Amino acid sequence: MITFTNNSDSEEEPCNERTSLMSAESPPVPSYQDGLPASEAGEAQAHRKRRTGSSRSPNNIADGDMSDSGVPVRESALENEEEELTLKYGAKHVIMLFVPVTLCMIVVVATIKSVRFYTEKNGQLIYTPFSEDTPSVGQRLLNSVLNTIIMISVIVVMTVFLVLLYKYRCYKFIHGWLILSSLMLLFLFTYIYLGEVLKTYNVAMDYPTLFLVIWNFGAVGMICIHWKGPLQLQQAYLIMISALMALVFIKYLPEWSAWVILGAISIYDLMAVLCPKGPLRMLVETAQERNEPIFPALIYSSAMMWTVGMAKPDAAARGPSRQMWDAAEDGRENHRSPSHTDSQMSETRSPVPTRPITSFEELEEEERGVKLGLGDFIFYSVLVGKAAATASGDWNTTLACFVAILIGLCLTLLLLAVFKKALPALPISITFGLVFYFSTDNLVRPFMDTLASHQLYI
Amino acid sequence: AFFWLVSLLLASLIWFISVHLSDRDNAKLQYGLLIFGAAVSVLLQEAFRFAYFKLLKKADEGLAMISEDGRSPISLRQMAYVSGLSFGIISGVFSVINILADSIGPGIVGIHGDSPYYFITSAFLTMALVLLHTFWGVIFFDACEKRHYWCLGLVVASHLLTSGLTFLNPWYEASLVPIFIITLCTGLWAFFTAGGSFCNILKCLSCKQEDDSRVMMYSALQVPFED
Repeated sequence: MITFTNNSDSEEEPCNERTSLMSAESPPVPSYQDGLPASEAGEAQAHRKRRTGSSRSPNNIADGDMSDSGVPVRESALENEEEELTLKYGAKHVIMLFVPVTLCMIVVVATIKSVRFYTEKNGQLIYTPFSEDTPSVGQRLLNSVLNTIIMISVIVVMTVFLVLLYKYRCYKFIHGWLILSSLMLLFLFTYIYLGEVLKTYNVAMDYPTLFLVIWNFGAVGMICIHWKGPLQLQQAYLIMISALMALVFIKYLPEWSAWVILGAISIYDLMAVLCPKGPLRMLVETAQERNEPIFPALIYSSAMMWTVGMAKPDAAARGPSRQMWDAAEDGRENHRSPSHTDSQMSETRSPVPTRPITSFEELEEEERGVKLGLGDFIFYSVLVGKAAATASGDWNTTLACFVAILIGLCLTLLLLAVFKKALPALPISITFGLVFYFSTDNLVRPFMDTLASHQLYI
Repeated sequence: AFFWLVSLLLASLIWFISVHLSDRDNAKLQYGLLIFGAAVSVLLQEAFRFAYFKLLKKADEGLAMISEDGRSPISLRQMAYVSGLSFGIISGVFSVINILADSIGPGIVGIHGDSPYYFITSAFLTMALVLLHTFWGVIFFDACEKRHYWCLGLVVASHLLTSGLTFLNPWYEASLVPIFIITLCTGLWAFFTAGGSFCNILKCLSCKQEDDSRVMMYSALQVPFED
């Protein structure tokens, strides 16, 4: 799930509360135009090429400003500037998302290639009970499809549960759930990861040092993610927990099931976000009715606002997990839903006090942010990690999947700019990734290997 | 990079199908099919470079239309350079990364009678290829822009020639040296296509501040860039 936010420098705004509300409710792409007085006038302008659906929230703000800026020339000038800003920020946003996604993938691929633990088969999750050690291909295929069905139904049930909890305002439950889930990720999984890395490089570490390191890492992580912290640190922690989650999935999902699950997840994502009766859409609508931000800490945000301007202290609400993997599932689920929520709710904005035209200059200094759900990070990394783990030691496949996913992300951002509403980030990227994985592994690899053995270049 | 990958995919598909339809044991036939596959791949790469040019041209027009002064923020020359560079990077990486990964591991190069200089020549060839793709990108886009189709043909021909020269490996004198000569010539050609000239080099190296009396001359020099 990808959304855009408009984030203002809270120090310049008279009221922090208003800033956070504004930022929380900023529309996905019209955030570029957010508050710009000419955004509404632009409809009539000749230069309006791509602002098809922009009549929504920007106009709530722009309405009040229209009375002030009656000069069409001024409007068109502002309009052009705004379009240029949109493009500049559009490109900037693409880069702002490329970097964390790339970093997450690099961490996962580096771990997979060096630490043997994550490629060994040591059992399966309870969510994928059917084994793939069957003699016949048909049986194996059937088992993987059954595994997928079970996994997806678990995810759907969790999402519906979350929606119900949110609908009946059980905020404390949700918060507790999310906190427990991130506790587990930050402490237990990090401990296992560190243990395996130390084993691989044959480095000795005594328990007191280990305890100190993990305690500090985990405590700072909890504070950064759930409360306040420097933006870069929060981003780094989110990337690390996404990488850890992805590594767990890569280790514990059997081969064929992993690929079928990836495909099924992207279809589910598509339906859950775009269908009117999808659970995520309902979550979003409920949030809109209540006019409040939901679970912002489960989304990777590239903007300043979330750590500074949020009125609510704990943005994240992670549920309790009875079993180890429950929380993993829920965590991933919540990753997607909040992002949808945030974007959707930002569209229907409540009446916001009008801003004077001079705020345009202020806006130019504002940080405009892009938000991507952590679930998307996780599944991108799972795809690339699986490609690195199982593609017969071939780096070409990994690179091809990497490029495919980034291009998919780029296209999704482009669609976001065109449609201006919450979009699922998984389908396009995962489709490209899967197509490129299978075709590179089976078609390109023999070709390139044969060429390389004769030292031929094309 | 994505476009290059798609072209590579299609070429491998063609090669794969042709290999499967043919006699596996006939080594000469397989080698011939490999040459055919490589040639098809080169042609497809250039075709996709052209497709990318068309796409960027559309984007350029779009950007120009909605920008303030009617000009897009990125010039077509910059796009040509970036496109060439990305083609080069992905092509180079695909050619060399497996070799690099293998070079870490234990092993002896050329134990079965192949050349022991495999790694170093691979490195040089990859470097030449990356540079060549960058230069070809610049020349190609400029030729498409100005409709000098003979330039296009020359670029495709030089790509085919370069790929063909690699078939002479491991006779490195016959393959590496001509390829580097081609790289140099293409580089110079691309430099002059992009508007460079001897005066520009001097100006760049001297890093002098222009005084007012030379303003007219400077802007006259700049005109070729801005087209």
